[in-house]
Amino acid sequence: MATAERILTDEMIAEIKQYFPRYPNRQAVTLPALHIVNQRLRHVPLAAVVEIAELLELAPAEVQDTLSFYGFFKQDRPHGQTRAWVCRSISCHLRGADQMLDYLCDKAGVKPGETTADDTLTVEYAECLGACEFAPCMLAGDDLHPCITPQRLDEFLTKIRLAAGSRSEDTEINSTKSA
Amino acid sequence: MSELVLLANIDKENSHTREVYEQTGGYQSLRSVLAGQSPEDVINLVKASGLRGRGGAGFPTGLKWSFLPADHPGPIYFCLNADESEPGTFNNRILMEEDPHQVIEGLILSCFATQASTAYFYMRYEYPLAWQRVQSAVDECYQAGYLGKDILGSGYSLDIFLHRGAAAYICGEETGLIESLEGKRAWPRIKPPFPAVEGVFRKPTVVNNVETVACVRHIAERGSDWFRSSGTPPDPNNARDPGSFGPKLYCLSGHIEKPGCYEAPLGITVQHLIDEFGGGMLGGRKAKVAIPGGISMGLLSADEFDCRLDFSGPGRYGCLGLGTAAVVVMDETVSMIDFLHNSCQFFAHESCGQCTPCREGTAWAKRMMDRIQAGRGRWHDLDLLLEIGDSIGIMPGTTICGLADGAAWPIKNAIRKFRAEFEQSIKESNPDGYMETEPVPAMELMNLQH
Repeated sequence: MATAERILTDEMIAEIKQYFPRYPNRQAVTLPALHIVNQRLRHVPLAAVVEIAELLELAPAEVQDTLSFYGFFKQDRPHGQTRAWVCRSISCHLRGADQMLDYLCDKAGVKPGETTADDTLTVEYAECLGACEFAPCMLAGDDLHPCITPQRLDEFLTKIRLAAGSRSEDTEINSTKSA
Repeated sequence: MSELVLLANIDKENSHTREVYEQTGGYQSLRSVLAGQSPEDVINLVKASGLRGRGGAGFPTGLKWSFLPADHPGPIYFCLNADESEPGTFNNRILMEEDPHQVIEGLILSCFATQASTAYFYMRYEYPLAWQRVQSAVDECYQAGYLGKDILGSGYSLDIFLHRGAAAYICGEETGLIESLEGKRAWPRIKPPFPAVEGVFRKPTVVNNVETVACVRHIAERGSDWFRSSGTPPDPNNARDPGSFGPKLYCLSGHIEKPGCYEAPLGITVQHLIDEFGGGMLGGRKAKVAIPGGISMGLLSADEFDCRLDFSGPGRYGCLGLGTAAVVVMDETVSMIDFLHNSCQFFAHESCGQCTPCREGTAWAKRMMDRIQAGRGRWHDLDLLLEIGDSIGIMPGTTICGLADGAAWPIKNAIRKFRAEFEQSIKESNPDGYMETEPVPAMELMNLQH
């Protein structure tokens, strides 16, 4: 049997290890490790969970248990190059969040939780994003989009499609897909 | 309008930098405390100030600190709860984004008081700008000698580490936060033992909110009498009310002309907040209800807007409490069914699943609201919803944490305060079936799933 290709790169492992001195045990590095892998791969496949567990001296089930508790980490396939959360909690709901989520999903051709066929965008709903003075709001990657309207969502879609068009191929993602 | 304290700096250019923070006296309190005061002095000062936790429960901060075991060999841990995720709430985000050094100075002072050697700054995932600003501020503090070994030559050492959450509301519950920090699912712990005795990594731990430690920084600078000079004094008719002192950040959103985070002393009324800070109702429309302090706290009807926003006020109107003082105002176009559907949806999504009454109860309530909203509600459902509301939570004694109480309160307040509206809407939308009382077939419920 051929040796399975490892998912975690040396760089990821080094970054995870930097967290060790911060905590009295390695289990506490579970969330940081999941974030590190997720940031690079846009998901945390089960094989990565096994490798994280090995690094943290845990059973894979312990890491998997934690991962599965947080709906945040996708496991089956990567989310899109941009991940957009449209808030649906009360302040945004009062200001038309449902319509905004529907509009964005419609324009992107996906349902909440799905990724566009060209891999540029995953649309999700979020519970309160803590930006209620900007309702309805959306968090896309690290950018908060305040007071979204159909027009602003159109502009957002145009922008991320342009960015995706000019982006070079992401080798880490591709290597995971072929793994 | 009274002098701004917590928000005094946020409109300044580069208010998030150490340079700007120090121009207005930043880190002077830390210097003077480390030079001349003992940890006990700081604890006594905070006790005397009457500061109560700003995260939702309103527990007296100095008292919480004094529960730490005396002469513990250590380490003692401090967890800063920056997992702000109660719907309607964003005051911590403003503090962390616009004035992170104020928070960090308060955190260092609080850690010194409790003799914590490590502080974990647990921040929710959805605050990327706050994350970046707090991390930069922490880095600046290490460079300036405010963090690390032997801070300012005092012999006291402290590290602050940021720890990022992963979008789970329950991590704001203090023992849920502790479990999450330990790398586990964020299932709250049964108390006792309280975190002060056995918290993170089984060591004595204090968990405080971001705004709470920001208040500590100002109490250290101005004293406990200053802090007690604003707010609401103890209710003479209630021996258990220690009063509600000091400035508070109110988050105002919903159908409001100028939604935002506003600072005022504890005890202003909902109406005052709407009129004097929020610029009145959006489009001049009429108000119908308001959430007094995050959705968990329940509902005030418009004729209850004379409710004082202090730790005792909302309870007098049947609400759960002040919570996070996040006021969400709804105008008369809002249907209570729509509101309650949104609330039940939130709690069904965020129940951590540990306690069966909460896991199942929030899910049942959400499915019932789905059905009512789909025009298949019955009057009987209102009693079923109230039965759930009255039987899940710490108060009836069926769950480990207060999430279920928070889920129950909007149900109880909405139906008890607006029953006639619910009944009328249900009758109109389901004229043939609104009087049914037989259980709804499971398959019919399945068909409502999106």
